[in-house]
Amino acid sequence: MREEPGLLDYARRWPLRLMVGTTFVFLYAPLFVLIAFSFNDSRRTARWVGFTLDWYKAAFADRELIAALGNSLTIAAATTLLSLILGTLAAIALWRFRFTGRAAVDGAFSLPIVAPEICMGVAMLIFFARVLPWPVGLPWPLNLGAIIIAHVAFAFPFVAVVIRARLASFNREMEEAARDLGAGPWRALADVVLPHLGPALVAGALLAFTLSLDDFVITFFTAGPDTVTFPVKVYSMVRFSVTPKVNAISTLLLVITVILTFIALRLQARATAEKPA
Amino acid sequence: MGTIIEFRNITKRFGPVVAVDDVSLTINEGEFFALLGPSGCGKTTLLRMLAGFELPTRGQIFIDGKDISRAPPNRRPVNMVFQSYAVFPHLSVLKNIEYGLRMDGVPAAERRARAEAALSLVQLEGYGERMPDQLSGGQRQRVALARAVVKRPRVLLLDEPLSALDAKLREELRFEMSALQDKLGITFVMVTHDQDEALVLATRCAVMNKGSLMQVATPADLYEFPASRLVADFIGSVNLFAGNVRSEEANHAIIDLPELGISAWLDHGTGTSETVQLWLALRPEKVELMKRGTTDRPPVMEGTPPGYNVAAGTILDIAYLGSESVYDIRLDGPETGKEGKRIRVIRPNLTRWDQEDFTWDEPVWIGWHAEAAHILQQ
Amino acid sequence: MANELDWHRNKSGFAALLGPPLGWFLLFFAVPMAVVWAYSFGTNSGIADIEISGTFANYARALEPLYLGILGKSLAFAALATLICLIVAFPVALAISFAPPQLKTWLLIGVMLPFWTNLLIRTYALIAILRDEGLLNMALTSAFGWAGVGPLAIMNSNMAVMIGLVYVHLPFMVLPLYAALDRLDRSLIEAALDLGAGHVRAIFTIVVPLAVPGILSGLLLTFIPVLGSYLAPDLLGGPDSQMIANVIERQFKRANDWPFGAALAFLLMYLTLFGIAAQAMMQRKRPVD
Repeated sequence: MREEPGLLDYARRWPLRLMVGTTFVFLYAPLFVLIAFSFNDSRRTARWVGFTLDWYKAAFADRELIAALGNSLTIAAATTLLSLILGTLAAIALWRFRFTGRAAVDGAFSLPIVAPEICMGVAMLIFFARVLPWPVGLPWPLNLGAIIIAHVAFAFPFVAVVIRARLASFNREMEEAARDLGAGPWRALADVVLPHLGPALVAGALLAFTLSLDDFVITFFTAGPDTVTFPVKVYSMVRFSVTPKVNAISTLLLVITVILTFIALRLQARATAEKPA
Repeated sequence: MGTIIEFRNITKRFGPVVAVDDVSLTINEGEFFALLGPSGCGKTTLLRMLAGFELPTRGQIFIDGKDISRAPPNRRPVNMVFQSYAVFPHLSVLKNIEYGLRMDGVPAAERRARAEAALSLVQLEGYGERMPDQLSGGQRQRVALARAVVKRPRVLLLDEPLSALDAKLREELRFEMSALQDKLGITFVMVTHDQDEALVLATRCAVMNKGSLMQVATPADLYEFPASRLVADFIGSVNLFAGNVRSEEANHAIIDLPELGISAWLDHGTGTSETVQLWLALRPEKVELMKRGTTDRPPVMEGTPPGYNVAAGTILDIAYLGSESVYDIRLDGPETGKEGKRIRVIRPNLTRWDQEDFTWDEPVWIGWHAEAAHILQQ
Repeated sequence: MANELDWHRNKSGFAALLGPPLGWFLLFFAVPMAVVWAYSFGTNSGIADIEISGTFANYARALEPLYLGILGKSLAFAALATLICLIVAFPVALAISFAPPQLKTWLLIGVMLPFWTNLLIRTYALIAILRDEGLLNMALTSAFGWAGVGPLAIMNSNMAVMIGLVYVHLPFMVLPLYAALDRLDRSLIEAALDLGAGHVRAIFTIVVPLAVPGILSGLLLTFIPVLGSYLAPDLLGGPDSQMIANVIERQFKRANDWPFGAALAFLLMYLTLFGIAAQAMMQRKRPVD
């Protein structure tokens, strides 16, 4: 016998089920269509003809596209590393110390999170054009420096937020116990605080990686002709023509993102679930 | 007084868990009825089924003879005082109390008048414009009470109504709730895990355990004539000794208590045979404590009726509680040299020097009257 | 908090911790923003030279009917998209917050996953649905073709932009609403039902008012990114569905009028900061819990 829904079990009442179902169809149908047509044996993407992996072959044969993907992954990796360091430092500093202007610093660090992307993109364009011109013709991957700097500038505050949330659940008496047992302040930080941050560090890293990999607008304003990233490349392809090659490479990126997001969400859930007693 | 509520073979499952197991129970009009039991015993589920928040898996619930088992909460003539009070934080006290009347389409003027009357009933005149976060816990509890009674329900449901308050306030509100029930004359059904609360407030209690009813009785009967060891142990504290009937007469019985090495008199028959396992239940305050000195002979007390029972023991521990003292005594038992059964005895400290009468490791006699003990068969 | 350290007690440690992030922020966020801000008061004085002349001409030009129209349209688009998001997201958030734990986790992941997938890919995916020969039209024609319903020209219209904006930003609304609804004490709803309200009335008299802080933050969290949207109008819209971000981009990449672009960008920035300040003020007025 099926149990009937509880009084407040709104998720199991049909009007809401219908609404949730429709919303999820709305959210996912375009993505599934995109994936399906990456296997479609036709140039016209609207009608299903037959299964093929040709578009994947074509995508991998496209040197520019693969170079763009390589750039994106390199930038994302560098951004992750730098954002993780800066975000963790910022989070610990704001958590550890009392100082005048802390509220101001705290608020300032949230600006890159809320500022419209287009404004940041424009700012980076002007900055690297007029204030700090990034040398042209540097060997790879140094030529990606400007983009990495821009990405770190908006990614590290996100990391700081994740780490702060985790620090809030840290029992400060543990650090005091380490000090009491003879550890110096840095030693205590490394031995007790950092291990506690573990899951948040992984979640923050994945967050920075996805943010960097996803970003189009800011990169669009920072990238030069020889520093094309994956989204910028896809953008120009989409503007030019729609081919299943784009579907194929998008599907690959989707799979990467889904896996990373899944890991991040799981870790995040575990990190917030462990509350101090 | 007629029946107002009837639970007929009510069972409630949550997945594989049976929260309420085939409970049948009637509650009479005008009663202050308490559902008492340890947490997880199903008492709250029973109350929530009465309110309509849970639907029974099997069975029926009647109010005034009408089957309301599947009626939604807003179509039932009952109102509830929640454990967390559930006072709407975004509405003023008066708006909170008026909420239910507004849902019923009561005209504004009457609504206001009835809400004001309910406010004064719970002694919160002048608090109508306050917001809930400006009230103390006790005041919020009163708002929850007023909000529920203003709808003039047939039955008022109370889910652990006093559990969130501190001890002093709890005592105060107990008396107020009793008075309120007298004044309103409506049936109250309360869920509580606090036996004191149930004994003080209720006219009748149902003790529940693991989804089943253990006993339904008045507070005094629950205490003096518990139906099982479980009830005896849950309501107050009790000493239990296993035994068998040795002989049974018209007006008394003699019970063998092998753990004590004695046979005890009982002022009533047991209606069982010698082979049936029995337990003698003895409340700590019904046991007397006497000095033993060096004699091994039980004291012959003047005017002691036949059937006064005596056993020897030694004081292990004494807890001085001010109004009374609790003695933990090891009985000598049937075999010398072996550790005997322990018994708890409570003595009121009648004078300021009472607690100095007995001391640790002192040999004592314990005794009880034939009318003091109660026989349990389960 | 009691265990916080006054920075005077460990100046070097404090500097080592806060120095790098603060330095990065100042050099690579604050300075670029300040330069944009300065440019917004500048004039073009040559092919590549810009003189910071302190003029308000750029802002004045931004308020000319043409650009004011685009700004107004952007605001209207953003408001409408935010409203649609609210209407769609509220029941979804309600269902999620009252779902049993296992289902709840999956629904939450379901909502957040698109949030993390590439914005460009999602917008591109929408094109395949909305095109004249796209899936939506194919479905429409095959279902209602007998009734004379032909393919609709959705692509390159305001309608397509609106669908895109809602599609992309829905998770921004669901998550804060969910956070607010999940905190709600269930016995409040039970109390409302107990006092005679039906489900719908209980939701509108109790749940919605108590979710107001969550609704406000959801509105803000959705409105700000929608207002600055670039990709959806660019890829899905027609010539008359340009939003402010597209105009800003044009000033920098094509028209080469940086001071004017800077002024427009900062108009957007002012609106954003205003929205955040307004919300912060409202939150202060309404003490949480």
